[in-house]
Amino acid sequence: MKTIYKKPESISDKPFHYCPGCGHGVVHRLIGEVIDELGEEKNTIAVVPVGCAVMGYDYLKCDVLEAAHGRAPAVATGVKRCLPDRLVFSYQGDGDLAAIGTAETIHAAARGENITVIFINNTIYGMTGGQMAPTTLCGQVTQTSPCGRDPYTQGFPLRMCEILSQVDGVSYIERCAIDTVQHINAAKKAIKKAFIYQREHGAYSFIELLCACPTNWGMTPAQAIERVGREMSEYFPLGVYIDKIGSCGR
Amino acid sequence: MKQMMKGNEAVAAAAIYSGVKCFFGYPITPQTEISAYMAKHLPENGGVFLQAESEISAINMVYGAAGAGFRVMTSSSGPGMSLKQEGISFLAGADLPCVIVNVMRGGPGLGGIQPSQADYFQAVKGGGHGDYRLIVLAPASVREMAEFTVRAFNLADKWRMPVMILSDGILGQMMEAVEIDELPAVEHYEKPWAASGRGERKEHNIIKTLYLDPEELERMVFSREERYKEIAREHQDWEEYLCDDAEIVVTAYGITARIARAAVERAREKGIKAGLIRPITLYPFPVKAFENERRAVICAEMSAGQMVEDVRLAVNGRYPVYFYGRTGGMLPDEEEILNCIERAAKGEMV
Ligand SMILES: Cc1ncc(C[n+]2csc(CCOP(=O)(O)OP(=O)(O)O)c2C)c(N)n1
Ligand code: SF4
Repeated sequence: MKTIYKKPESISDKPFHYCPGCGHGVVHRLIGEVIDELGEEKNTIAVVPVGCAVMGYDYLKCDVLEAAHGRAPAVATGVKRCLPDRLVFSYQGDGDLAAIGTAETIHAAARGENITVIFINNTIYGMTGGQMAPTTLCGQVTQTSPCGRDPYTQGFPLRMCEILSQVDGVSYIERCAIDTVQHINAAKKAIKKAFIYQREHGAYSFIELLCACPTNWGMTPAQAIERVGREMSEYFPLGVYIDKIGSCGR
Repeated sequence: MKQMMKGNEAVAAAAIYSGVKCFFGYPITPQTEISAYMAKHLPENGGVFLQAESEISAINMVYGAAGAGFRVMTSSSGPGMSLKQEGISFLAGADLPCVIVNVMRGGPGLGGIQPSQADYFQAVKGGGHGDYRLIVLAPASVREMAEFTVRAFNLADKWRMPVMILSDGILGQMMEAVEIDELPAVEHYEKPWAASGRGERKEHNIIKTLYLDPEELERMVFSREERYKEIAREHQDWEEYLCDDAEIVVTAYGITARIARAAVERAREKGIKAGLIRPITLYPFPVKAFENERRAVICAEMSAGQMVEDVRLAVNGRYPVYFYGRTGGMLPDEEEILNCIERAAKGEMV
């Protein structure tokens, strides 16, 4: 019998704790595939966030540090400055990256730290049970915006790719979506490109991935994935924002 | 070679001597010379100096470098030390070695920039959340600022925990002679636990603090407590001066101990049997130093009364413990402490 589909080598056998339809599991797999393809499992150090992906340390077979909420880019900076020849990436949710960790996010980018930031934007705080996030869309109902997010009292959603595009230290920024097969393939390509840029050009890259959180959106997986492609992609347009190394666009 | 140096510079020079790989800082008076010295000298010694965007980032960079298995240091004061506390709790929870220097200034809040010892509780009793301890060393001279830095790195690696040097604005700023090439030996410890890239290791290394299973978390905390007890047995350190026959003992740490020493000498000239106990390790607190019977002990501090609580616990009601403190950047002077000794000798101190 021929194996045509299997778990990446750099992902452990531990069953994911993620909900059905959640973007985290898909993105873990993509990262695993890219690490395998680049042959970097023994050389990679991951920094996982506080959020639903905190237990990423059980799923990734590379060395892992769990960072305090929002501090993953600072932790990754500490690691990478000591071990410049390792592949170092942070993996962060929207609360982690764009609320409590905004300063760390922007300054790691400003320094052009030689790391890759994987940003899971699901417009909500997953782990704590569905509160408003810095990326929650206007009108979106969450536990802490029960009448829908009112931007005039609760702030407008932050578009992190656009914000970081203003920062000179950045080499590569792309926003992808985890909804259709085509988009998921594009997301994998982006992650791979970012890792190659890190390895070969010492580049800081930022990959935003629009993901579903069916549980806290109160939707079925199918409805949630549809929302990613529709409402979310409308406010957070997909595409390459910066690519100073390769030829722009795809 | 003897060199005149500021205390802050001595800390930095001794850290480089100890093989520090990274220093992550953020400017705040009165500790900024540490950053300035590191910015100038650490890169030329093969290390990394980085000015972080905040003390929060700095301490989390420390977490990254320590987790990767390298010697790393940060320093701060006042509000900056408060910002580091979450990170310190994570470092303790992940059993990561590092050295943290607090050059104390007056508080609370922005407080002032003059020297103080009002962060004793924060350093010794926790500061951040959860059950954890730091080893806390209290230098009293520029020479000790350097020596204790070397010792701090050795202890941190030996016990896999953060070690704090609790200094103050005077010690940081004043200049004294130091023999930078005659510092204690640098000890080397293997770090097979470090998240440095798996390489040929079979299992991956994880640096983490999350234990969702309460039984497991309790086990982790209790095993750390065992380590703290061992540290308390092995490492209590203090200095005694004229204590053999002393009836009235002054106890003070850091710069205050030097003032107290002069007061004790003057009390002796007046025929009072006075002595000085200077705690060197604040955690573990040198309980053993207070085993002998005295008529009274006076705890002098640049605070509203913090170490005095540990002195009371050590004395455990066997004789009176009095307190004299100045705070907010004020120093107790020799005369004031002498006056306390005289009153205690006459039984008039309350
Ligand atoms: C300092 C601090 N504040 C708050 C929390 C509680 N907390 C845990 S996860 C989380 C939000 C996570 O949301 P997000 O980053 O969007 O990730 P997701 O769970 O959606 O993947 C919060 C607020 C914490 N652990 N630490
Ligand atoms: S709560 Fe949301 S983000 Fe968390 S695992 Fe479930 S679907 Fe994923």
